[in-house]
This record gives sequence, C-alpha cells and structure tokens, in this order.
Amino acid sequence: MSVTKLGKFAVIGLSAAWLAGCSTTASDSDTSSMTSEGSEASSTDSTYAAGEDGSLNSVIVDDQAAAQTSADLLAGVATVFYFDFDKSVVRPEAREALAKHAQFLMENPSARIVLEGHADERGTREYNMALGERRAKAIMRYLTIQGVPAAQIETVSFGEEVPVAFGHDSSSWQLNRRVEVRYE
Amino acid sequence: MKRNILFALMVACLAFALPARAQLVIEITSGSDQLLPIAVVPFGYSGASPLPEDVAGIVDADLQRSGVFETIPRANMLSLPSTSENVFYRDWRLLKADYVLVGSVSNNGNGTYRISYELLNVLTQARVGKREALDVKPSNFRDAAHFISDKVYEQLTGIRGAFSTRILYVTAEGNKAAPTYKLQVADADGYRPQVIVSSKEPILSPSWSRDGRKIAYVMFRNRRPSIFIQELATGKQQQLTQFRGLNGAPAWSPDGKKLALVLSKDNNPEVYTLDIATRQLERMTNHYSIDTEPSWEPDGNGIIFTSDRGGNPQIYRVDVRTKNVERITFEGELNTRARLTPDGRYLVTVQKNDGNYHVALQDMNTGRVQVLTETYLDESPSIAPNGSMVMYATSDRGKGILSVVSVDGLVKYRLPSADGDVREPAWSPYFN
Repeated sequence: MSVTKLGKFAVIGLSAAWLAGCSTTASDSDTSSMTSEGSEASSTDSTYAAGEDGSLNSVIVDDQAAAQTSADLLAGVATVFYFDFDKSVVRPEAREALAKHAQFLMENPSARIVLEGHADERGTREYNMALGERRAKAIMRYLTIQGVPAAQIETVSFGEEVPVAFGHDSSSWQLNRRVEVRYE
Repeated sequence: MKRNILFALMVACLAFALPARAQLVIEITSGSDQLLPIAVVPFGYSGASPLPEDVAGIVDADLQRSGVFETIPRANMLSLPSTSENVFYRDWRLLKADYVLVGSVSNNGNGTYRISYELLNVLTQARVGKREALDVKPSNFRDAAHFISDKVYEQLTGIRGAFSTRILYVTAEGNKAAPTYKLQVADADGYRPQVIVSSKEPILSPSWSRDGRKIAYVMFRNRRPSIFIQELATGKQQQLTQFRGLNGAPAWSPDGKKLALVLSKDNNPEVYTLDIATRQLERMTNHYSIDTEPSWEPDGNGIIFTSDRGGNPQIYRVDVRTKNVERITFEGELNTRARLTPDGRYLVTVQKNDGNYHVALQDMNTGRVQVLTETYLDESPSIAPNGSMVMYATSDRGKGILSVVSVDGLVKYRLPSADGDVREPAWSPYFN
C-alpha cells in the first residue's frame, strides 16, 4: 500500500515537473497550432496537477486545508481494533482501516495519535497492563511499516481497568480486548 | 441492648466524623474442623454512658476470622463473668471451650477508659499470662480490641497476631462506564475505611512501605499511568515516574530505599529498581518478552517477577546483584503476580488451570503446589505480615469483592463491599 502510494506521489511529481518543462518549451516555441493544442492539453493537465500539487504542498504549508481533505479520509473509518485472547496479532479485517489511518498520518505530519491498548478482565492486572501495551505496539508496528513515523504515535495501556462491556462472558471479553485509536 | 449499640454507633460517628458502619461485611464461608474453641465473654461494664464499641465482640470476630479459633456463641453462655474470680470452669467445660477470655471496662473519668482482661485455660483452670489493662480514649476502642486479639492469638499459637494491621484496596463506584476510583485504607477487618485518593481515572497496584508509613500506587492522569508515593500521616503525595509507556507494579524494597517497578520506556516491559532518594534507575531484566509484577524477597537479595519468556507467563527470580534469572514455577498453565510469605517459605501466585484463575501456594522447599481457592477470577493475592492468611480479589455475581483464605486453605471468609467493586487488596506490614 505504502509503495503504491509513494509511487503515485512520484508520478504526480514527475508529471508536474514534466509539465513545467513542457510549458517552458511551449512558451519558447511560437507555433499557434502547437500552442493551442499544447495549452489545451497542458491547461487540463496542469489544473489537475496543480490541484494534486497544491495538496501535496499544503501538507507542509497549509495544514488546515489538508486536515479538512484528509479528515474526509477518516470518515466512517474504524478506530477500535479487536484481538484474540492472550494475543496481540492484528487481525486481517483491521488492515483496510489501519491503512487509512496510516495515510492520514503521513499526509498530516503534525497529527498525533495515541493507541490505547486494553485487555479483558481475566488474568492479573499488571500482566494485563503489559498485554494491553503489547496490543497497542502491534498496531503501532503495523502503522510504522506503512510508513508512519514513530514520532507521531504514542502507545498507552489501560490493561483491564477500562472495559467497555461489563458482562463476564466471552462476548464482553471480546469487546474489551481492543486497541482504540485516539487523535490528540 | 440494640438501642445501646445504635447510640454507640452514633457517638462513634460524631467522634470520628467517619462512617462507623463497616464498608466491608465479613461472611465466613467455610472453616477448618480443627479449630481451638474459645469463649470471649462480653466485657463487664457498670457505667451509665454507653460505650463506643463492644470490645469483646470485636475480639470475638477477630479470633473467629483468624483460621485458628472457633468462638462460643454468646447466646450459649451459661454465665458472663468479667474477672477470673467469678469464673465457674464447669460452665465452660460444658460448652467445650478450651479457653475463656474475660474482661471489664471502667470509666477513668478523664476522657479515657480502662480495659482489663484475662485469658484463662479451662483445663488447668489457670490464667494464661497476666491480667492486663489498657487505658484508651473512646476513639481507640477498636485499636484496643485488636491489640487484645493479637495478644490472645500470640499467647495461644506462638505466632504474632495481625489483627492490628490495615489493608489498602481500590474501589470503583458509580456508573460502570465512568466510575469513580478510590484508593482506600481500612482496618484489616474492613472497618474504619478512609479514602486516600479519589479519581475519575484508574488507580491500581497499591503497595506498602515496610514501615507502613508510606504507600506507592499507580494512578492514571491525562490518560497516562504514573507511579505515586504518598505519606499516610500527612497525605503528602509525590509523582515518582512519568515515563512513556508503562509505569507500573511498584513494590517497596525491604530496606525502604527502593521501589521495584515496571517501565516500558526501552520498548517492552522490564523490571527496574528506582532509588527513591537519588532517582537512580537500575534495570533488572533484559528480555523481549513481558517482565512484570516484581516483588522482593524478604532479604532483598532477589526479586521475583512474572515473565512470558518461556511462552506462558510463569514466575522467575532475578538476583539483584548478578541479574541472573531462574524460573521458579512449573505447575499450572500459567502463574502470575507472585508474593512470598514473610519467612520466604511459601510462594503465593495466581495460577490458571483449565481456564480458571485461582490462588495457589508453592512450598519453596519441597516444590509442592496447592490450589487454595475455588472462587472466580481470583487475583491480587496479598499475604498478612504473620504469613497466616492471604487476602485476594475475586468476583461474586459480577461484582468485585475481597476474600481471605488461610495459607493451609482450610478457612475462608469474604469481605463483600456495600457498594461498588472492590479490588487490589494490599495487606499492611506490622506498624511497630
């Protein structure tokens, strides 16, 4: 995913550079037929490129606009990820949502997230603190492999201290074994 | 009589500005059949004003809970002597009492009361030890009663009593989705609870310093855990650690100078020691697995801890000087959160077998393991300073309660809370 994404950026960058070069060439040349055809093509392309280019630049220059665009990226995306008993393996169904979080974080280098790990009530409390952290770290590892700088991510464990389901059965336990993504 | 007790409770309320009602109510669930029968006779009192507490009643409850004694119900008593001179031993032989405790209370007139008591052997018809007397203020009646219980226990078992000790525990009250967490301290029988810290964020892992003057605990602030230490007498609180990641499982060293604790600042959970005065950290473990739940050996030479380096969590020991690590539990699917008895003879763990978590006791000399409990989701075992009983947290009908089991597994009682979940008990050391 990250490779594809990087590839896309590279292509846009290249095309922008190529267009810039092209327009210079075009302005240097004086043939009207070429200009009309060229300007048609280049204006369409450059508008497209400018838009992409603008959003690329705005990541650095204009955070707010980017955040607005990127925020749409996270609309409806899961922020809670579940785990098997005594396990800290990221489940396959989590990957799509995590990829979106990764994309957002890479597009917004000033964005910070806290991955809050949780365990179910079984087992001892401090061991569950460690287990919750291991789960948060598993999600963190998944995001950093996507290309998210580790500096944007903090992991915190709540162990079994903050359940969201209060039953004492497997369905409640499943809901409590989780990592919550919280944007700071 | 009932009215007197009610009135006494009201007086006590005014005197302490604290609820006199025990927050934790003791229920004896099972007992040994080899208990020593003793009669604790209601203490004589001829004063006009009601007494703040029924001293003999508190002693009776203490001894009943001890796992050693069986007390003769008051309703069965044939006479109510308050001094040895008035004891008819035949009355007590009929009730099959081996020992009788008699006593009396008198008003000294200066705001204090004199509580005198004698312990008598029914078989020899002789006093055990001397006649003793204590002068106490009304607010210290419960302390006096626990002192007498300690004396009786020690005289008859040779082991120091632990009735004058206290317990720390955490309660979660109110809305389950947003509870109020309270770290509380109470007498070992659950009476006289006092809130030490109250927070909307989780509190866990309370631990006593060896002199009983300070405590350490983990509390979340701004959704991150920190280790705090606090002086009980002054309430002075100090935030000791605030590293990124885990800040957990503080355990006071026997010399009181260091805390063993768990940090994940170097990536994964490791056991460290922290010199409280110099703030110097020393790393004890170095492994990519989970290392947590440290607890000191009584001599301070080693730290036992939980690690899943072998696959499942088991108990290991690290030598504080050499950092050599050895595994010490082998039975059970897993063993976690170990504590040693004060003599170092027994190791208490939370052991999982067939999906159930129970408190288990391992004899460190023979390696023999005995599962002590049969309750549900047992955790946080804490041993009385005389090594006789283990208090732990368990679940009863969906509610967190504290329970106690004797180290021989024969005597069990529960301290269910009046409201909310109770968890994370920590039994104090002796205070003197």
